[in-house]
Amino acid sequence: MATTQPGSTAPAVIAEPRSPYARRKTTRGNFELYSWVFMRASGVLLLVLIFGHLFVNLMVGEGVHAIDFGFVAGKWASPFWQIWDLLMLWLAMFHGTNGVRTIINDYAQRDATRGVLKVLLYLAFTIVVVLGTLVIFTFDPCPAGAPADLLPSICSAN
Amino acid sequence: MTAVLENPATESPKPEAGAVSTFDVTLRVRRYNPESEHGEESVWDEFTVTAHGTDRVLDALHKIKWEQDGSLTFRRSCAHGVCGSDAMRINGRNRLACKTLLKDVNPDKPITVEPIKGLPVIKDLVVDMEPFFASYREIMPFLITSGNEPSRERLQSAEDRERFDDTTKCILCAACTSSCPVFWTDGQYFGPAAIVNAHRFIFDSRDEGATQRLEILNDKEGVWRCRTTFNCTEACPRGIEVTKAIQEVKRAMITRAF
Repeated sequence: MATTQPGSTAPAVIAEPRSPYARRKTTRGNFELYSWVFMRASGVLLLVLIFGHLFVNLMVGEGVHAIDFGFVAGKWASPFWQIWDLLMLWLAMFHGTNGVRTIINDYAQRDATRGVLKVLLYLAFTIVVVLGTLVIFTFDPCPAGAPADLLPSICSAN
Repeated sequence: MTAVLENPATESPKPEAGAVSTFDVTLRVRRYNPESEHGEESVWDEFTVTAHGTDRVLDALHKIKWEQDGSLTFRRSCAHGVCGSDAMRINGRNRLACKTLLKDVNPDKPITVEPIKGLPVIKDLVVDMEPFFASYREIMPFLITSGNEPSRERLQSAEDRERFDDTTKCILCAACTSSCPVFWTDGQYFGPAAIVNAHRFIFDSRDEGATQRLEILNDKEGVWRCRTTFNCTEACPRGIEVTKAIQEVKRAMITRAF
C-alpha cells in the first residue's frame, strides 16, 4: 500500500535492538552421564588407594624415615605396587582433570576463554600422565655414571 | 444465648477495630539504562512510600508507579501468587513480589528490588523470558501417548498421581532458573524449571514420552550441569523440592543407562 505521505521516504529497516536469543544446537549423548558416574566411582576408589598409599609409606615399619630412593625402588620392583601407583595416578588425573573441566565450563563465560583454558588443562594432563607412567615403569635408583655421593646406600652395595 | 463482649465499657482506648499500623519504607529499585543492550548498565533509584503492615512488595511498587514515578516498569498479572509474572530479586533473593510481605524483608532498611538474573533485561524489572520458555518447550511439556484415544478419562491411581504431585505445582515464574549460578554463566543450561516440568511427565504413569524426555535432558547442558547448590529449591515460591526432582531425573537416566 502506498500510504506514505508525500515528501517522506520509505521507512528504513530498523535493526534488531538486541541480539535475539539463540540456543546452541543440542549436544546429546552419554558423555556427561558417564563422566558424572566416573567422578563418584573414582572418588571412592581414590579414597582407598590414597589412604592405603599414605599408610604404607608413612606408618608401616620405620614410617616416614624409611622413604628414600631405595624405598621407592623397592616398592616399584613389585608389580602390585606398580599397578597400585599407576591406578592412583591415572584415576587422580582423570578425576582432577574432569573436575577442573567442569569448573571451566561453569565459570568461563566466553567460548574462546573456555577453549584456551581447556587446551592448557589437557596439555598439563597429558604431560603428567605420560611422565608419571614412564617413571613408574622405568625408575632406576642407581643410574650408571652418576656421582656416588648422590646415590642411595643400596647402590654401593652392588 | 447471645455472645456479648465482656465489659465493653472498661476496655482501654484502642485503635479503630481492623486498623492496620502504617510505616515508611524505602525501596531501592534497579532501573534500566536504555543505552545498554541487555540492561548491563543500570542505576539505583530510591523511593520512600507509606505502607501498611499487611502490604506486600508489589503494593509498594504499585504505589511508586501510581503516585511517584509512572515510568517504573514491572510485570504482574494476578497479583496473588498464581500467574508467576512478578518474580524479582528482593533483598538479593528471588521471590514473587506479590507473595512477599514488606514486614518480612526488614522494612527498617532500604529494600533492594532487582530484575531476576541471567535473562536479558527489557526494561527496569521486566526481563526477556524467551530463553526460559525456549528450554521449557524443548522438554515437550505435554502428554505423549500411543494408540487410540480412550473414550473416557485416562485413569490413574492416587499413588501414581502422588509420584509427581510436587512438580505439578510449577507456575513458570523463572525464580528457580534465574537463581541458578550455572544458568547465569551463559544461559545454555536447561535450568531447573524445564527439568521440573519434564519430571512432571517423566514420572506420570499415563505418559509414554519418558524416554524421549530423558534423551533430551541427557544433554551437555541438561541435568548433568546441576551442581546441587539448592538455590532453586530455596527460591521456589511454590515450595517445590526442585533439586530433589532434578536428582530423580538423574537417577532415572542412570538406571536407564546401566
